[in-house]
Amino acid sequence: MNLIHRVRAIKQLNEDTFLMTIEAPEIADTGKPGQFVNVKCGGPHAYLRRPFSLCRIDRERGTFDIGVQIRGRGTEALSRFCENDPIDIMGPFGNGFSLNREDRRIAVVGGGIGVFPLLQLLREHPASEKLTLLGFRNRNQVVLEESFQNKSDELVVATDDGSYGARGFVTSLLESKLEESPVDRVFICGPALMMKHAVEICKAKSIPCEVSLEERMGCGIGACLGCACKVRLSDDWDYAHVCKDGPVFSGESIVFQE
Amino acid sequence: MENKIDLAVNIAGLSLKNPVIAASGTFGFGREYSAFFDLSRLGGIAVKGLTLLPRKGNPPPRIAETPAGILNSVGLQNPGVHAFIDDEIPFLRRYDTAIIANASGNTVEDYEEMVRILSEADVDAIELNLSCPNVKEGCMAFGSTASGIARVVSRVRKLCKKPLIVKLTPNVTDICELACAAEAAGADALSLINTLLGMAIDAKTRRPILGNVMGGLSGPAVKPVALRMVYQVSKAVKIPVIGMGGISNGTDVVEFLLAGASAVMVGTAGFVNPYAWVQAIEGLEQYMVENNCWSVSELIGGLIL
Repeated sequence: MNLIHRVRAIKQLNEDTFLMTIEAPEIADTGKPGQFVNVKCGGPHAYLRRPFSLCRIDRERGTFDIGVQIRGRGTEALSRFCENDPIDIMGPFGNGFSLNREDRRIAVVGGGIGVFPLLQLLREHPASEKLTLLGFRNRNQVVLEESFQNKSDELVVATDDGSYGARGFVTSLLESKLEESPVDRVFICGPALMMKHAVEICKAKSIPCEVSLEERMGCGIGACLGCACKVRLSDDWDYAHVCKDGPVFSGESIVFQE
Repeated sequence: MENKIDLAVNIAGLSLKNPVIAASGTFGFGREYSAFFDLSRLGGIAVKGLTLLPRKGNPPPRIAETPAGILNSVGLQNPGVHAFIDDEIPFLRRYDTAIIANASGNTVEDYEEMVRILSEADVDAIELNLSCPNVKEGCMAFGSTASGIARVVSRVRKLCKKPLIVKLTPNVTDICELACAAEAAGADALSLINTLLGMAIDAKTRRPILGNVMGGLSGPAVKPVALRMVYQVSKAVKIPVIGMGGISNGTDVVEFLLAGASAVMVGTAGFVNPYAWVQAIEGLEQYMVENNCWSVSELIGGLIL
């Protein structure tokens, strides 16, 4: 397996967030919405790879995009890559979102950098009606609005402080939208607390939902058992692993930590 | 020129085609890495730490990155020894590589039962885990004193029908004392080092990063400590030593052999580079070619002082 690919473009989305386009025909060819790649960021202090979900796939060009927010040593090192630099990437890994033809109306709910995997989902999902709800902390954090607009029948953006779009949490938007008209499935990705609330809202309406989880990973392929998350079994619980069993899980199955 | 380099080593009756073994806890049961390379290239595979009954392991987060290393607090999550025998050995036997079963327990009786079961299973050796820092009972509780080691090892020795490797913890004052206790109690070989007990704190939240608060440090960060301990222990005992701790490439393998190890285990490096095991073997071979070395035994303990 060839791990060395090439950075094709870098596009700044806001002060600390950028989109990196990587040429990797095999990954672009086989990658599915919701799957992730494991990137060696380099730098003296980022020993482990970092997982990033596939944000946009261009199979004709053999490229894909990842969205990166600079948050620590790894993403800081990644921000120093330039166009045409070689980059060490493994993947695609994980299961991905379900793409059922029976789901005619879907809603995607994204919070912050959790919006990234939802874009490729919207691009590939066969549903005839797609509602997109995106939440950000403030106006400066809003990313990819136009791209989401192009792939949605309806897009609503909310900011926590009301500096752009609707004021408040994206979960409140979800609640009122589902009140207006139900959907067949909801796809959620964002901060843990937001996902927990969104799942509760879907549960109350008996609408199936899927969440894409994030956890600190070791190997990214299921060998080290590092990225554990708690899942419900019929009469018990167990640890599943985000890299191999996920990162996408049915919302009802996840036991969110308090 | 025909390649006549002999990479094979024999450790207390366990013959390995080369001295590079996948370290327990980093390689699962081999399935994941079989997508990257032919597992038959490995000298052996020390499988994920096993217990009598399935274990769920510790709460997340279980991994914290540190400079040149990682802390883990997985806590021996495993499907239990019977599931290993039924589901994993048949898979592993499709490959021409030694299977080393890593066994843990809460009590001396658990260790006895594990060794009894594994002695009848199709494995090539048993590695007694007396050093996991991430579980409350057993393991390091026995493994951090000479008397604890003597008690467990002497009891299981009577039941063990396979080469018995005792894995030692570095979290002690004098690892040689433990090594000698294991040797005297009947260990056929020693493996060291298990992870170093450590901790990571998030200054922003003022909380520990690991769900289990503390965890075991591995990766390049621990290599100097591991090399030192392998060096000391291999001089203190007559039984073979399997060295590990931060090995990432062929040069690292050579260093451990020179320090006195008869074989090595590679683990954490594979999280970053899935070909680390294969490249370690190739790097060792290349070193031997360049240095007119025909047998691995020429390197073992070959440190020039």
